[in-house]
Amino acid sequence: MRMRTRAAYGFLAPYLLIFATFWVWPIIYSFYLSFLATRIQPWSFNPAVTWGRLVVDPAFLNALRNTLIILVIQVPVMIALATLLAVLLNSQLLKARGIMRFAFFAPVVVGEAAYAAVFRLMFNADFGVINKIIGSIGLPPVAWFGNPTAAMALIMMAVTWRWVGYNAIIILSGLQAIPQDVYEAATLDRVSKPRQFFFITLPLLRPIILFCVVLSIIGTMQLFAEPFLITNRGGPGQATETLGLFLYRQGFTVLNFGYASAVAYTIAALAILISLANLWLGRSAK
Amino acid sequence: MRSKSASTFRRSIALHAVLVPLAIVWLFPIWMMVVFSTMPENAIFSPNIHLIPSDRFWENFLILQADTDFLRTIFVSVVVALVYTVLSVMLTSMAGWALARYSFAGKGLVLSIILGTLTLPYFVVVIPQFIMVARDFGLSNTWFALIVPPLFNSLGVLFMRQSFSMMPAELFDAARVEGVREWRIFLFVGMPLARPTLAALSIILFLASWNNYLWPLLINNRPDMMTAPVALGSLIGLTKVSWGGIMVGAVLLTAPMIAVFVLLQRHFIAGIAAGAVK
Repeated sequence: MRMRTRAAYGFLAPYLLIFATFWVWPIIYSFYLSFLATRIQPWSFNPAVTWGRLVVDPAFLNALRNTLIILVIQVPVMIALATLLAVLLNSQLLKARGIMRFAFFAPVVVGEAAYAAVFRLMFNADFGVINKIIGSIGLPPVAWFGNPTAAMALIMMAVTWRWVGYNAIIILSGLQAIPQDVYEAATLDRVSKPRQFFFITLPLLRPIILFCVVLSIIGTMQLFAEPFLITNRGGPGQATETLGLFLYRQGFTVLNFGYASAVAYTIAALAILISLANLWLGRSAK
Repeated sequence: MRSKSASTFRRSIALHAVLVPLAIVWLFPIWMMVVFSTMPENAIFSPNIHLIPSDRFWENFLILQADTDFLRTIFVSVVVALVYTVLSVMLTSMAGWALARYSFAGKGLVLSIILGTLTLPYFVVVIPQFIMVARDFGLSNTWFALIVPPLFNSLGVLFMRQSFSMMPAELFDAARVEGVREWRIFLFVGMPLARPTLAALSIILFLASWNNYLWPLLINNRPDMMTAPVALGSLIGLTKVSWGGIMVGAVLLTAPMIAVFVLLQRHFIAGIAAGAVK
């Protein structure tokens, strides 16, 4: 028995060393850093310039507001679309299933730099194919990178394009776990297909949809590459600056590690709070 | 009976009327990526709509290769993704095995720390990681910096633990009775049985490493140690740059992953369905 315990520690040790060094310790160290003034050497304890600054820094509040706008609009739209896609892709009537799945799942493997490049070119105000299509049906061109609202819409469209298939895959796996005889019984009882969806499918999918919502909340709170690359560092001005981008600037452009750590912990706290609120709402709605 | 098939027909029409246009919209950016990569610069920035590939892919590639040594960055990306995947699969399998098949002091603690911090945003650790690797260790622009810190990812541990704990104990006990060592049981009995999970995990980890952007952006900025996504991203920010070249880079980054996705779709979807990305 003692031999077996030794073996267990042996199996666990290499991973645990990495996990402690590059995950557990940084979590603790980051919290400590968030109380330090790091712009003057030596670093000193001064939470007024980190936590205290958060509530009065207009740049932070702007990033927070932008992130919450994306959260409130993009996440529900994407999850609803993902649920619809999962149900449609699961249909027995679907033709060309392989191509259909490919269309929605392929963006999941496209890297941020690659898809940012394509979106920048497609949405170019003067020569982009999107404005050419808009123009060909007689509408005026949209200043995707010059108009703050349009730029926010662009970020949300890009994120939805990239992630909807990912969520659809998860929801689809939940759909396929629902036993078929539930539907057969409902059909025998002459329950219509739409009613089956709302009164059987959706309630059974609720846990997995909530899981997707929580994943998307955590992802949105960390949104970085899209405003960094697509709208060129949160442009126009700071119109698409997100919390993730703000943290990047504070941490790695200004090198203000203490303040950036306070931002990081705020992101984590908000992600956890909003996720818990959603789980709580999801449960009580039952 | 006739009315039933008519309603089935109507539902099939409705289904495709929704799904086909959506699928076209979703495929459009990937199609345009290919189209742009084959177009001369003056055609990309012309008032006409071009939706069909042209023949300038090779020329655009040469421009990209001259702008930034893209083949070198692809080489860095391939090495990093391969080594990371192998190391991560090994480390997390061993840890998952320990947590699934043994009872020992501290097991509950380790599991609850892993699960309790699982959904914590990566941003919480990125600053200390950077301070540690770049300042304290002085290891910017090294293979170590690209490969080792991201190995903390604990999803493999949970994934493999799940897989190992579903195997019947008799299998391993029989080997123990015959005096087979613990590490041999892991390597020659446990691991082969976990092959489907290993396949899904490897694909997901490889993809995550291949597309990783933030950490390589922060830690490696010397041109010869940049990964391909970082090199591509750095071109996007420039004003005087060949967009045809950038699009060739985007295609070269994306095509291998699309191929992996098409060939190994089942494992891929299993990996995502288990929540194994991020």
